[in-house]
Amino acid sequence: MSERVSRLVVVGNGMVGQRFVDALRARDPQGRWRVTVLAEENRPAYDRVRLSAFFDGVGAEELNLHTPDDGVELRLGEPATEVDRERRLVRTAAGEHPYDALVLATGSYAFVPPVDGATLPGVFVYRTLDDLTAIREYARGRRTGAVIGGGLLGLEAANALRLLGLDTAVVEFAPRLMPVQVDTAGGAMLRRYVDGLGVATHLGVATTAVRSGPDGTVAGLELADGTVVDADLVVVAAGVRPRDELARAAGLALGPRGGVLVDDACRSADERIWAVGECAAVDGTCHGLVAPGYAMAEVVADRLVGGVATFPGADTATKLKLLGVDVASFGDAHGATPGCLDVTFTDPATRVYAKLVLSDDAQTLLGGVLVGDASAYPTLRASVGGPLPAPPLALLAPEGTTGAGAAALPAAAQVCSCNAVTRADVDDAIAGGCADVPALKACTRAGTSCGSCVPMLKQLLDAAGVRQSTALCEHFDAGRQELFDIVRVRGIRTFSQLVAEHGRGRGCDICKPVVASILASLGSGHVLDGEQASLQDTNDHFLANLQRDGSYSVVPRIPGGEITPEKLIVIGEVARDFRLYTKITGGQRIDLFGARVEQLPQIWRRLVDAGFESGHAYGKALRTVKSCVGETWCRYGVQDSVGLAIALELRYRGLRAPHKIKSAVSGCARECAEARSKDFGVIATDTGWNLYVGGNGGFRPRHADLFATDLSTEALVRLVDRFLMYYVRTADRLQRTAAWIEALEGGLDHLRAVIVDDSLGLCAELDAAMARHVDSYSDEWRDVLEDPVRLRRFASFVNAPGVPDPSITFALERGQPVPAGRATADEGRQPVALGMPAVRR
Amino acid sequence: MTITMTTTSPPATRTWTPVCPLDRLEAERGVAALVDGVQVALFRTADGLFALDNRDPVAGAYVLSRGIVGSRGGVPTVASPLHKQVYDLRTGDCLDLPGVAVPRHDVRCRDGLVEVRLRREG
Ligand SMILES: Cc1cc2nc3c(=O)[nH]c(=O)nc-3n(C[C@H](O)[C@H](O)[C@H](O)COP(=O)(O)OP(=O)(O)OC[C@H]3O[C@@H](n4cnc5c(N)ncnc54)[C@H](O)[C@@H]3O)c2cc1C
Ligand code: SF4
Ligand code: FES
Repeated sequence: MSERVSRLVVVGNGMVGQRFVDALRARDPQGRWRVTVLAEENRPAYDRVRLSAFFDGVGAEELNLHTPDDGVELRLGEPATEVDRERRLVRTAAGEHPYDALVLATGSYAFVPPVDGATLPGVFVYRTLDDLTAIREYARGRRTGAVIGGGLLGLEAANALRLLGLDTAVVEFAPRLMPVQVDTAGGAMLRRYVDGLGVATHLGVATTAVRSGPDGTVAGLELADGTVVDADLVVVAAGVRPRDELARAAGLALGPRGGVLVDDACRSADERIWAVGECAAVDGTCHGLVAPGYAMAEVVADRLVGGVATFPGADTATKLKLLGVDVASFGDAHGATPGCLDVTFTDPATRVYAKLVLSDDAQTLLGGVLVGDASAYPTLRASVGGPLPAPPLALLAPEGTTGAGAAALPAAAQVCSCNAVTRADVDDAIAGGCADVPALKACTRAGTSCGSCVPMLKQLLDAAGVRQSTALCEHFDAGRQELFDIVRVRGIRTFSQLVAEHGRGRGCDICKPVVASILASLGSGHVLDGEQASLQDTNDHFLANLQRDGSYSVVPRIPGGEITPEKLIVIGEVARDFRLYTKITGGQRIDLFGARVEQLPQIWRRLVDAGFESGHAYGKALRTVKSCVGETWCRYGVQDSVGLAIALELRYRGLRAPHKIKSAVSGCARECAEARSKDFGVIATDTGWNLYVGGNGGFRPRHADLFATDLSTEALVRLVDRFLMYYVRTADRLQRTAAWIEALEGGLDHLRAVIVDDSLGLCAELDAAMARHVDSYSDEWRDVLEDPVRLRRFASFVNAPGVPDPSITFALERGQPVPAGRATADEGRQPVALGMPAVRR
Repeated sequence: MTITMTTTSPPATRTWTPVCPLDRLEAERGVAALVDGVQVALFRTADGLFALDNRDPVAGAYVLSRGIVGSRGGVPTVASPLHKQVYDLRTGDCLDLPGVAVPRHDVRCRDGLVEVRLRREG
């Protein structure tokens, strides 16, 4: 066995350890390596870079980076305690793990300066989710906080303390904030922002001791200049040190400043032992950012399957938003190259600072610093080492030339530094058929980490002459949004007119439903009227959901999930009489499966007579507004969540949209209705409602973002009206709200500007459009039942309307009908069983 | 209660069977018809009348008549409502999956009546 399968032990399941395992598994589909991962933390790898999002309410599951993999044994909470190189095994408290290859990915620990009081209760570091959880707990009820360290991490921690409601101070030993990334002038600009937020800064001064109060917990900091800073809670963010203790004890060489010493293949002097990420000292240097770590992960993965990759060196470029300020630094930010030239731009009014470092002949970009506006960052960073894509001032002027000339970048320029993707890689992918950003992401991995290079990907697509997916299909060059405007502004009422005047050909299953939905959103009568009927997808055509065997399912609306016993009984009777399979859905309603086309009107008749209406489960439309019982019954509830859910569902029912829309209302912060997994979710507060937007479950689950807080019911409804209408007007085909917001230039801020501040002067129009929708709503099922012409469509066969489709047959499973033996070969000639409704009255 | 019905092979004699008045076919849409026990999908488009087997060969369900019709590069088409594969209405060939096709049938309009003649080779 050991002939073919080798044992790989990975110590550490942090960002880089996880990336390494993913990279290896991708290259080793036959499973030549059997992988065991030893993890000290109790949870699988998560996105440490986004750690601070925890304080914005982003949960651990959302930061998760780990996907389960049968070929990998992940042992959580089982740290390695010793590496026995002689016997080639790793010891843990639980046992021994033999290895043929060992990869150390143990990261760093937070360095705590050896000052008095550094171990007092109330002093924390800022590295793991557990650290942040502890900080949040401890901050409860406390007033003041201080951070030791004014670097990237320190400022993130300061912002966290501020968000936790503490009066916060930052103490930094260097004379400016973020000394590693920015220069003096940039640091000064940064300080203006930090002051503006009410965070006090003490620069150029060392912390000499942590003071304790009478109860033995932390009470403040003593500084070298004699100042005392009050603090009930202290975070130490004074740098990190590589975790090299296992290697040290095993007698492996370390780098000059610590870290497991490895060569440019990330291999230590022991050929079976490798190191990646922050714990590795590649040719003696440790790297404290994730991108170089990822590069190391790829190198070792390649080597373990016989490759010869080497570590290409690190890009230390960083771009971040700290305390609401964009800060970026790249290349030789400090102008350390002999003879180099600086071009700087300072605007105290807009608080923007920018510096470019150029070679002595001003021909080559060496590096730069941006504070306050980092929109030029992607292009600039990619231009490092090459000529400037535009004159320096044009590049630096704020918003001047957002990414001017990604097209001018040389082939070797790195477009995505997170994933080491060059312009040439992107161009190759485009030549190979990638026609939009998602395709480029899938094919090159560019844009899949921090996302800051996505605008450049778009520009490169443009530069290559790829008409980016705005063209709906071969029949229309316009995208959905443009078509919407054309239809709205020109008052077009039919598909034939639209395709004749603004498209070509006969249409297809892509553009026809889109136009049908646009016409429906603009209130052009019943979806089955006239020509509109022919445009509809089969679900909309039959106002029911097509299932795999050609039968349909029927979902009556149950607003807010509230239903009387009488109505429940009617649903039961209908299901029984038509022999329908029944299932409770995730949206708090009941789905009835197995109806044949000709049965649909009979089923609706019974439901409509009992007071039900269409639930639009078949449409790209509002589905349900889920709710918890709320204040009416629940002892925690603070508002009437059911009442609001019903009102919202009735208001937006039938609204046709680019995709389905889901919603929920929770009666308190315990969030039993899971509102944050919805396109728009509402959570009750003591004084009103919090609105969240852009969540979804499904293939790529995403939590909704907090959009507005403590709204009155009227204010909430107004915002939701505009949110939905703006979405209906501007989103792409099949784009859920989450993807739509992500794709909006400016994202959530833009959305807020448009629908709260009315920056585009659109609100009155959106409000009016929603008012029209609400007024013109009518039940699509009832409308069909009342119209003999529409009813004619609900026949099994045009020449034999009384004969049920013989191919639809059922078997029993757990007492309910399910499709009989999935259709196989040509059974058109076989005897088939006809399921007849067993009507019992 | 369950009734069993046996559908027999299509008759060897290939005759024209009247199905319905032309105005029962909606423009740019399909309907299903039962001709000698065979489910036929009938379409009326600006290019004329077309008839294919109603059975989606990929999914095995009898649903093609409920697909959206249109064109692809000038070819009149219908898309399966289940998994969206597109078929040439004239030949029954699947334009997305090489080698996949649905049987087609003859269809014509006589005196305002739509007539179908089954074409089942073999
Ligand atoms: C708040 C914060 C913000 C950051 N922001 C950025 C940023 O904007 N950009 C950027 O590039 N980088 C940023 N970083 C740095 C980035 O997170 C790290 O570079 C990255 O996580 C390094 O990955 P790693 O796998 O080497 O180490 P880690 O992610 O720290 O993972 C190491 C893991 O190994 C485990 N471990 C250690 N010893 C053992 C043992 N003996 N046995 C088993 N397990 C062990 C540890 O518990 C840990 O889970 C930030 C870091 C923090 C804390
Ligand atoms: S969200 Fe709050 S009000 Fe609603 S059921 Fe849960 S605990 Fe009760
Ligand atoms: S630069 Fe971060 S994802 Fe491309």
